Parts: sequence; C-alpha cells; structure tokens
Amino acid sequence: MNVLPELQPAFADARKVFNGRLTAIEVPRPDEVYFHAPIELVAGFCAHLHRKWDARLVSVFADDARTDAGAFHLYYVYAIDSARGFFIQRASVSPDRPEFPSLTDAVHGVNWQEREIQDLFGLRLLGHPNARRCALHDDWPEVYPLRKDFALRTVLPAFQGVRHKFREVEGEGVFQVPVGPVHAGIIEPGHFLFSVAGEPVLYLQLRLFYTHKGTEKLFESLPIGHGVRLAESISGDSAFAHATAFCHAIERAAGLDAPPRGRALRTICLELERLYNHLSDIGAICTDVAFVTANMHALRLKERVLRVNEQLTGSRQLRGQACIGGVRCDFDAGQLDVLRQLIASLEPECDALMELILESSGTRDRLETTGWLRPEVAHDLGVVGLAGRASGFDHDLRRDFPHAFYDQVKFTVPVRTEGDVLARLMVRRDEIYQSFAIILQVLAQLPAGPVQTRIDTIPPDRTALGYVEGWRGEIFHWVRTAPGNRLARCKIKDPSLQNWPALSEAILGNIVPDFPVVNKSFNLSYSGTDR
Amino acid sequence: MFNILRNSLRAGVVTTSYPSTPPEVSSRARGRPEIDWANWQDARPAAASCPTGAIVHEDRDGRRTAHLDLAKCLFCGLCAEADPAIRMTNICECAAAIRTDLVTSVSYALKPDGTHERMDSAPAAPGSIAATPGQPASIEALAKVIQARAAKVLGRSLHIREVDAGSCNGCEVEIVGLGGPVYDLERFGIHFVASPRHADMLLVTGPVTRNMELALKKTYDAMPAPRLVVAVGACGCSGGLFGRNYATCGAVDAVLPVDVYIPGCPPNPFALLHGILLAVDRLPRRS
Repeated sequence: MNVLPELQPAFADARKVFNGRLTAIEVPRPDEVYFHAPIELVAGFCAHLHRKWDARLVSVFADDARTDAGAFHLYYVYAIDSARGFFIQRASVSPDRPEFPSLTDAVHGVNWQEREIQDLFGLRLLGHPNARRCALHDDWPEVYPLRKDFALRTVLPAFQGVRHKFREVEGEGVFQVPVGPVHAGIIEPGHFLFSVAGEPVLYLQLRLFYTHKGTEKLFESLPIGHGVRLAESISGDSAFAHATAFCHAIERAAGLDAPPRGRALRTICLELERLYNHLSDIGAICTDVAFVTANMHALRLKERVLRVNEQLTGSRQLRGQACIGGVRCDFDAGQLDVLRQLIASLEPECDALMELILESSGTRDRLETTGWLRPEVAHDLGVVGLAGRASGFDHDLRRDFPHAFYDQVKFTVPVRTEGDVLARLMVRRDEIYQSFAIILQVLAQLPAGPVQTRIDTIPPDRTALGYVEGWRGEIFHWVRTAPGNRLARCKIKDPSLQNWPALSEAILGNIVPDFPVVNKSFNLSYSGTDR
Repeated sequence: MFNILRNSLRAGVVTTSYPSTPPEVSSRARGRPEIDWANWQDARPAAASCPTGAIVHEDRDGRRTAHLDLAKCLFCGLCAEADPAIRMTNICECAAAIRTDLVTSVSYALKPDGTHERMDSAPAAPGSIAATPGQPASIEALAKVIQARAAKVLGRSLHIREVDAGSCNGCEVEIVGLGGPVYDLERFGIHFVASPRHADMLLVTGPVTRNMELALKKTYDAMPAPRLVVAVGACGCSGGLFGRNYATCGAVDAVLPVDVYIPGCPPNPFALLHGILLAVDRLPRRS
C-alpha cells in the first residue's frame, strides 16, 4: 500500500536515515506505517522523529508475541500531526533477555507507560529514573498478567499489607498531607501525597491504578462484538468516544469504513458527550470555589443533554450506541427535531451561565492564576486535549486527523495560553459553542442511507490503530486481531494517562485547599488511566 | 447578585416529583428486558448475544433451565436484537433487597434440535420485600426485615458516603446528578457526606478491585452502626463485564454485606433514588 502523500517526505527521510538498520517496513494503511527495528534503535528513532518532524510519542506498549514470533514486541506510536500520519516502531525483545531501555529521561510522558509494561509483562526497565511498580501495587505477587501464559481468572492472594514508600520530602516546617484513595467528594479513587511548607504545595506525589480491573486482558477473552461494550466501560464519561475508537481500530483492521450517515451520527454523539461533560465540569469548577448556584444551573443543563441522549439512543450516557461499522440506532425526523431544540435552548442558557460565572469577581479571583500549567511544561509533558490547548499546546485529532464526519464540518479549535484554571474553563466554554456549530452543520448536511456497515468477519493477524478525539483529549485503541473474531491484544490509551503529570506541575506553589478546583479543571479519568 | 436571582427565577423549579409520580424516562430508554417466557423458542441466541452472561442456560437430559439475572444486565438491548421474544422496556426501578430476587429462572422441555418444546414452570415474579409484602420466606428475607427496622431508625435523615471501588465512573456521572436541582436528594433529608464516620449508608460502585479492597473495607469499618450498604450498577451488583478476575474481587457482596442492589449500567438517577429509598423503606405506594 502507498504511503499518504503528506507523509511521504518523513517516510523517505526515515528510510534514508535508518537505512540498513530497519528489518522491515509495513504499510497496512496509508497513514499508518510500521518500522521494524532492533531495540537499540528506539532512542535514536525517537530523537530523530521528534527533532526533524516534530513527532509526538503518543503511546508505548508491549505485546506478547512469543507463540507467533518467539519474542515480545514493543510498539512506539508517533503522531506526525503536520503530515496526518502515524509512524509506529516495532522492536523485538527476546524472552531470554526480558529487558528494554527507558525513554523516560528524554520523554517524561512515557514514565507510567513504561513501568506498566514492566509490571504487566515482566520486561525489566533499563535506565528508568524511578522504575518502581505502578499498575500493580506493591503488595502484588510476582505475576505478569498480560503474558499469554497468565490466565485472566487467576485468583491471587489477598492484600498482604506492604505499603507503598513515597519519596521523602524533608526540611524545616515541611509536613505531608495524605489524601485518598477514598475522597471527600463523589470522585474516583486515587492517592495524593502533598508535601507542604505552610500552605503552599512543594511537591505532589500521585499514586493511581486503584481501579485497575484487567480491562486489556479481558479484551483478549471476549468476542470482538462484546469488546465494544467493554470499551464503553473504560471511562464511563467517555463511553461513546472509547467505544468509537475501538470500533475505528477494528474497522481499520478489516479495511472497511462506516457509511456516511453512520459517521455523521458518530460525530453528533461525540459532540453530545463533549457537551454534557463540559457543562458538568464548568459547574463542578464553580462548586469547588463555593459558587454553588452556577453548578446548579450547569447540572440542570447537563440533565437536559443526558435526557436528549436517552431520547436519541436509549441511554443517557450514549451506551449501546457504538457498534463496529457505524452506530446502532438511526435518528428519525422527530429525534432530530429534539436535538435541534436542545441546541436552540442551550445556547442562550450557556450565555447566561457564563455571564453569571464571569461577572462574579470572587469566582474569577479564585480561578485566575490558579493551577498554572506553563506552556513550556505542557509542551514538554505532551499534555493533550483541552488541558494542553489551555496552555497553548494546540493539538486536536478532529482537525489534525479528521475521523468520523469532522472533515465535512467547519470549526475552530479554541486555544489559550494562560494555562490556569480559568483558561481550562474558558476552553470548555468555547468548545461548547463549537460543538453547537458542529452538530448544526452535521444536521444541515446529514447524509441519507444506512448507519452501519455490516462486518461479519474480522481478518486475523492484523494490527490497526483507531483514534478519536474525546472531550478530554485524544484516545487511541491499538488492536491485533486473532482468528474467530477475537483479539490477541487491545491497547488502550486514554488522554488521562498522558495528562496526570501535568497536575503535579500545575499544583506547585498553590495552596492545598485549591487542589480540588485545580484537579477538577483537568478532570482526568482514573479508570481510563488504570483500566 | 440581581443576575443570580434573575437566573434562578427564570429557571424556575425543575425538581422532579418522583417518587410520587413515575420516573420521567423516554419511551426509547432501555430499561429492564422482558422475556416472553411462555412463548420463548430458544434461549441460545440471546445467551450468545449477552456480553455479561445475564442470560444463561443449562441443558440436561432434554431439559433446559434459562436464567435472566438483572444484576448482570447492561440494558444494552443486544438480546432483544437477537431474539424477537425479548423486548426492552423502559422500566428502571429494578432495585432489590435480596440478590436472588434479581434472577428469574424458567425451565423448558427441549425438542431434539435444542429449541423449546414447552415451558415447565411459570417464572416466579421477581420482587423485593417492598414490592411483595407478606410472610418472609427465608432466613435471608428475615434478616432483611430486621435490617428494615434499622432502616426505620435511619429513615428520617440519611447520610451517604459514596465509594468508587473500581467503577468506570459512569455510575458517578449519575450519582453526582442526585445532588443537582432536578433530583435533589436533599429534599428527602438525605445528604452525601465527606467522611464514613458521618455516614449511615455506603453507596458502592464498581467491581471491587484488588487495589481498592482494603480501602473499601476500612471505609466500612469506619462507619458507625447501624449502617447500610447499597451496591450500584451491574459491576457493583455482580461484577458486570469484569466479573472476578486477577485484578478484581467481583461484586460488592464478595467483600461487604449488601442491603440493596441497584442494577443498571449505569442506573439512571430515578433508579438510584428508588434503590436508596428502598433501603430506608421510604418508598411511597403509587397506584
């Protein structure tokens, strides 16, 4: 298959620079190129792609291919945004020498991803600055759950009581504030250890993976059709985005696409998901600075969106709507009217809500300059999605890698550079209006025809990358298919996994009581991270 | 200030009158699946279509026993697509105090090709203590009646501590809504509190992960008695899609004694209100 024209220069360059050191090149799709290269080339490949093509390392993962290929495979997925394509380096790790070099010192964003590989595959990390356990907590026995010879339903001994040792922070007047995993609010579990001197936070250590529930392993035991339902349970607030990214990967593996109407309805559902989450977050940010009235209005508006979701798809959270080849329910004329009325009524309500928030000087005072994520830091950490865009890091797969129906609509990607809580709130506000515009444009040119391409058999032994810009940021699902409509591997990358380190940076110098609002302004998914 | 008042007046009262009136769900909403048991031809397609094993069957000696377990059901509707004898209703008030009340079992004599010859026994109507008043049938049910007395002690004002023991956060999206103006849990004198030491009820979501098991137990231990535990969602009620695996203990009742199960994936706010009010025996009777 031919490489995408935009991707040709980078492709030719990589072939030339690494000539003789690549063992194979595969181009299963024009925008998805696999370079098979020895493990020693990982750092050099990464540095070259980043410096010359401004590539972003968006996902690092392993696959136990010992039965088929006699080795573990490591995959490094690079997005080359300017060329609308992905370069994927595949490196083999021999079972006799189960170790791999770390990139964390150069690319901080892969810290947890690499440690997860070490935990789940038993491949030892070399040169990692902090190669401790992460996905499996300290009390876990020596097991490698994502190896093929480990059974999903293995019963492990109960908690043994070994405590995680946090880094010590010492000094005059320095003390520690441990919070979680059970929090005061209705949020997901995670542990935060604040080191403070007086009120300002000196250092924040995060400990997550409390909700690790074996999701990726589970994908390998389910028929692909049931995998769509599992994808909806990766991060419930992004149920449709995750399920659609999964379906996208399967469709690419099968070499088929959703029909135009199916892609249009996907776009509508993705924007509805964005709407209800942004409304919810705007309200929750206000609650965290004690402006509860605004939250009540926001919850009222969110409820309207959820009820329309139910009228359109049967589920308030759009569950059950995604399916391989398109979407499950078509919308009839009456339903489309309901959607139009929703947009028409929400627009003035959002104006009023935002006016309420922005004219409250007490609220603004708490949000401005709070939780400052400096643009340089956002860039260095590769912060994605709305949090990145609020700190000037301008990436959006809807524009850069148009999927679903996004190439048929006009919209802008709101970007700010202030990087504080207010900026993240304002990006949400601006995106809400863009979502209205996108939905109305889709409705104006809604294609007729089926909403679903039937895909009965998924060819085995294919690898494919699916992606969707969810409301939080970019979601990637990478699959390797197996015979009998099953999967040999499904790798999930939620934007939260990329963005958590940004929270540790943004909180520095802020007071502990501002942590909830800073945390909410990112609103990262624990479940999406932990899986 | 004037703007705040003007906005509040313009918005008016948006609070639902539930539970005095039925849940305001769309006719298209997918709630509890309904099987036409008497005319069911074959349990196999529906069982194969079900992602969680909410519909399963056991075949032995020319007979089949088929089960529908609402605790496992995602309300996804795939069974209804696979089998014309199954219809998705929009019924969301499915909570039950006894786990087995969520299971309906029916047996059939089989034809040689594996389809159903005839139904052997009519399904027992699934129902909870609140829905089927009368003599308690079992020790388990008796324990529930005693629990209901504890609930009366708590009845007037209830403080809830929510714990996510491993959920995907879908349940949390709906639980957060209970505190909003539409569902307004506070009108019942029910509050979410920040500490288990202030709580009468533990509202638990998710399959309990191995990494959360200890934290969940400690949270429960920190609560004063009498205390109630409500398991929320397919994962909390049964382990859902995740079941019991290397990283999860499965359902909440594998770790803590559960007083009420609220099925759904996720249960909508009406279903949550129904389950919480059922736990404290405060459901009004609607004609």
